[in-house]
Amino acid sequence: MPLITTPNLGAPDDFYEALIDAHRDLPPAESHALNARLVLLLANHIGTLEVLNEALAAARADAVAAAPETTSP
Amino acid sequence: MTTAEVDFQSLRFDATRHADQRAATSARHPVIVVGAGPVGLALAIDLAQRGTRVVLLDNDNTLSTGSRAICFAKRTLEIFDRLGCGQRMVDKGVSWQVGKVFFRDEQIYRFDLLAEPGHARPAFINLQQYYVEGYLAQRAAELPLIDLRWKHKVIGLQQLADHAVLTIETPDGRYELLADHVVACDGSRSMLRELAGVKSEGRVFRDRFLIADVKMTIDQPAERWFWFDPAFHRAQSVQGQKSTPSSVLMHMQPDNVWRIDFQLGWDADPEVEKRPENIIPRVEALLANSALRDVPFELEWASVYTFACTRMPGFRVGRVLFAGDAAHGVSPFGARGANSGVQDADNLGWKLALVVQGRASDALLDTYAQEREYAADENILNSTRATDFITPKSEISLLFRNAVLDLARRHPFARTLVNSGRLSVPATLDGSALNTPDAAPFEGRMRPGAAAADAPVTRADGTASWLLRELGDSFTVLVGGGPSPASAALRRAAEGLAALKLLHVLTTGEAAAAPFDDDSIVIDRAGLVAQRYDLAPATACLLRPDQHVCARWREPSPDALRAAMRRALALT
Repeated sequence: MPLITTPNLGAPDDFYEALIDAHRDLPPAESHALNARLVLLLANHIGTLEVLNEALAAARADAVAAAPETTSP
Repeated sequence: MTTAEVDFQSLRFDATRHADQRAATSARHPVIVVGAGPVGLALAIDLAQRGTRVVLLDNDNTLSTGSRAICFAKRTLEIFDRLGCGQRMVDKGVSWQVGKVFFRDEQIYRFDLLAEPGHARPAFINLQQYYVEGYLAQRAAELPLIDLRWKHKVIGLQQLADHAVLTIETPDGRYELLADHVVACDGSRSMLRELAGVKSEGRVFRDRFLIADVKMTIDQPAERWFWFDPAFHRAQSVQGQKSTPSSVLMHMQPDNVWRIDFQLGWDADPEVEKRPENIIPRVEALLANSALRDVPFELEWASVYTFACTRMPGFRVGRVLFAGDAAHGVSPFGARGANSGVQDADNLGWKLALVVQGRASDALLDTYAQEREYAADENILNSTRATDFITPKSEISLLFRNAVLDLARRHPFARTLVNSGRLSVPATLDGSALNTPDAAPFEGRMRPGAAAADAPVTRADGTASWLLRELGDSFTVLVGGGPSPASAALRRAAEGLAALKLLHVLTTGEAAAAPFDDDSIVIDRAGLVAQRYDLAPATACLLRPDQHVCARWREPSPDALRAAMRRALALT
């Protein structure tokens, strides 16, 4: 199954509010760590590497314009 | 040499004096192997067992200094079995079942290895490299076809169309040898590689590790402990960044010796770190922060090392073939250095023997390079991934690494992402030119290119054995079901090629219904041969002399078998 990019959230506004709430009162470093844990939990739930690769590419597509095309050593 | 316990660490061999050194014209040999470490010794033994004479040169007269490679994986032990010294390794080696993973001050989880049943050999053993080399050297000494010369250092290489000329320095002066084939097993700082003018390419990691072997008697079962960022060993530098996390690993070797690896960071001074007065406080701090508290210990050996994940662009350069660390380097995580080197020897031995005997063309040696370059890439990939997890190279990499460790406390899925080294398993040689592609669907991992999986079997005489021990020295074809006119017809497929052993694999039901008194049968007493090879009745599976699957059929025919053997010999 390919990555779903059409509307799929049952309650988009509720999810968005919950996402922001989850970060409430956290210093930026803690927030980043929370996001990392969230990515890992969701990735495991999805499970399929093809779908995850599509999601990574879609997320990366909005960053490549800003980032130089080099990798760090 | 006797098989009584020898102190391999202090063993010194006499410098060899050989008639070749005084010969009026340079002697010519079919095969010269350079380097009597685990790889060179394994290769020399394999060649000699296959009837090929081999000169083995070593620039030194000692075995491994220090424990060095200490983890030998199942596939390597199976190869040592074939070489006649596996049992000694396993008898001496130790293993652990339980691992504990710590993050900062806290144990985040423990795991039990729960090895898959139905294999003669364990998933791995821990054993000091000097024992491995010592047992191999003792085995080599039993084989008259091996001409092992200590303190014979290669200092010159000249490549000609059909042979190479080596210049060799000895305590008695220099001499020259001619060789149809040279195999360089002379380690990461390979002199042969330098003489061939070839450089290894890849990633060098700017990091240093201290390995300390300490002797202590612990009254509890052996466990492997791995600490990420332990408080007792902090404020190290990783890739030049100060105060980034570090790691420590502790596991057991024979003789009550424990190996402890401390990640030091790039800025550490190796000479300072190697001093006992600096090592002992590190060990004390570890023990004080563990369940072991103040157990007494003695420092046995220490070394500071760096590593690179690199390989030569090609493992064959003219008449010289490269194997082991000379050909490729990996990080130590996953124990893929010595293990992959022994697998190089395993891949090359039968090919070189057949080429020397004129039963296969020189092109078969090119497939050594192709197959082992492929395997090296797999090992480098795995060891690089482990290195990146253990020593994150960027802030975001560290963030995700720590997120994995935090989640691993409570969520089993995250433990699959924790990577402190993925233990060496043999590469499946997918895409090798020696494989015959499947013409019918099959299940399981024993596809063409796979190293043969072991399974318990019973011989026709009722004695228990293992599948791998019943395979032939050359090719073997496994056939599901008892002897039949159709299976007998398969024997003639090998005529004029190479030896072929026909091994019928019977179910317990088939064996009960029609008892056979025939050494071409084994009984699949646990059903694991059928399961692991998807070996239905009349199915055939062809194994190479190095016990890799190279072809299989639902409806085998002598013609198809012959074609597959010719392909595996690079004759087509």
